[in-house]
Amino acid sequence: VKGALITAALLVGLSAAAAPRIAAAAEEPLVLADGPGRDLTIGRCIICHSVEYIPGNAPAMNRSGWQKSIQKMKERFGAPITDEESKQILDYLDAHYSGKS
Amino acid sequence: VRRRELLLGAAGGWFAGRALGALAAAGEGQDVLGTLAGKRPLIQRALRPPNFETPLRDLAAAFTANEVFFVRYHLAVIPRIDPASWRLTVGGSSVGAALTLSLRELQHDFERVELAAVNQCSGNRRGLFTPRVPGVQWGNGAMGNALWSGVRLRDVLRRARIAPDALEVVFNGADTPVLPGTPDFVKSLPAERALDENTLIALAMNGRPLPHWNGAPARLVVPGWTGTYWVKHLTDIRVEPQAFEGFWMKAAYRLPTGAFPGYRFASQETKETTPITEILVNSLITSHVSGERLRRGAAAALAGKAWDNGAGIEGVEVSTDGRVSWRDAALGKDLGRYAWREFRMPLDTSSVGAVNVAVRARSRNGTRQPDTLTVNPAGYHDNIVQTVMLEVV
Repeated sequence: VKGALITAALLVGLSAAAAPRIAAAAEEPLVLADGPGRDLTIGRCIICHSVEYIPGNAPAMNRSGWQKSIQKMKERFGAPITDEESKQILDYLDAHYSGKS
Repeated sequence: VRRRELLLGAAGGWFAGRALGALAAAGEGQDVLGTLAGKRPLIQRALRPPNFETPLRDLAAAFTANEVFFVRYHLAVIPRIDPASWRLTVGGSSVGAALTLSLRELQHDFERVELAAVNQCSGNRRGLFTPRVPGVQWGNGAMGNALWSGVRLRDVLRRARIAPDALEVVFNGADTPVLPGTPDFVKSLPAERALDENTLIALAMNGRPLPHWNGAPARLVVPGWTGTYWVKHLTDIRVEPQAFEGFWMKAAYRLPTGAFPGYRFASQETKETTPITEILVNSLITSHVSGERLRRGAAAALAGKAWDNGAGIEGVEVSTDGRVSWRDAALGKDLGRYAWREFRMPLDTSSVGAVNVAVRARSRNGTRQPDTLTVNPAGYHDNIVQTVMLEVV
């Protein structure tokens, strides 16, 4: 998680000292499910929003929903996620947070 | 440097004490409570950007207190604004005299007006949708009723000499995205709605300056329309002779064209989709929740709120037999046509058994709450009749 925070800090032009302060004050306690792709997912998503958006949306999501969501973040909101990273993030989210029946 | 200061400023002022230290079981299913600085505990849907919902018990009052009023943001960089240095600019191709106004000028150079109005998020009740749709999973509390005071937007636009060719008025606030590729939250209104005497630039809420999280020092109030147009931390108004092309108008906050009643925002409408505009007639039971038990023979009364697009609530019907028969509830004080209206109905507790309670409001605009949901991709406009299951024991 720490590495991811520093990635986020560099991406938004903050000093590495600034970002963990935000995380420590706010978002540290919420931990996503363990599994391949978790750190990458956290690292990319928390650039713009806290990770609780992920479990929060899980009841409305399936693989196709997560795919659209990742695509929206990249194409509409300018999230810096490569195609290879998209696949890893999709696999992770689908494995742990696809709650839509 | 500037962005860093803003972000640190936001983080520093964000939470009262240790942010998640305030988490507690909310007593409403699995909801989690969280406390933003200056607020009482609210249902925490998301922390950053902050999205916090008002608990049901706090929606029972005639006016929703500032400390519990819901909070909704799209973008995470939310500066704390110094009222003394804040400025509002009014410009664009369709004004004759661009303006820059300080808070003091806004307060003293224009007639002060006040109005009670419901502010309801477009996605209120999205979390109740079947089938589920993505987005913030709001329950019933992404809404509230407040007394808004400020100045008429119309008076400010006239001071700037709005031109006859004005088509839309475009509003931007001080909140900004984290990434440069994320569209800034900018909204537009049809010129005729911007010039409506009830559209305000609000400076105060329930008799006090706007709370930070509700748009200090100035926000738009578009009574009868959903919250997406009520731009917070307002800094910039542009009047233009053509339709605004931004993401938050062209791609977000849209409905299938023709699927719902309400004002048609013609300059933004396409054959397929149209912007959400007016609030649909709706109601909420605030006195009881499903599963509550009433003691046989004890006095009990159902109460709640009903609201619409500002046409005014004509009546509220209550059924206690599974929607077979309906009776008119008593209506409370009229706080103004854009406010919600309280309703009340005594409950018969003379015999034991299940009581299936449903409420449906009807508006003077000729509409009534429907029984079935009109499913739409973004999960807007859930105004279906709700049921509360009680039991007399």
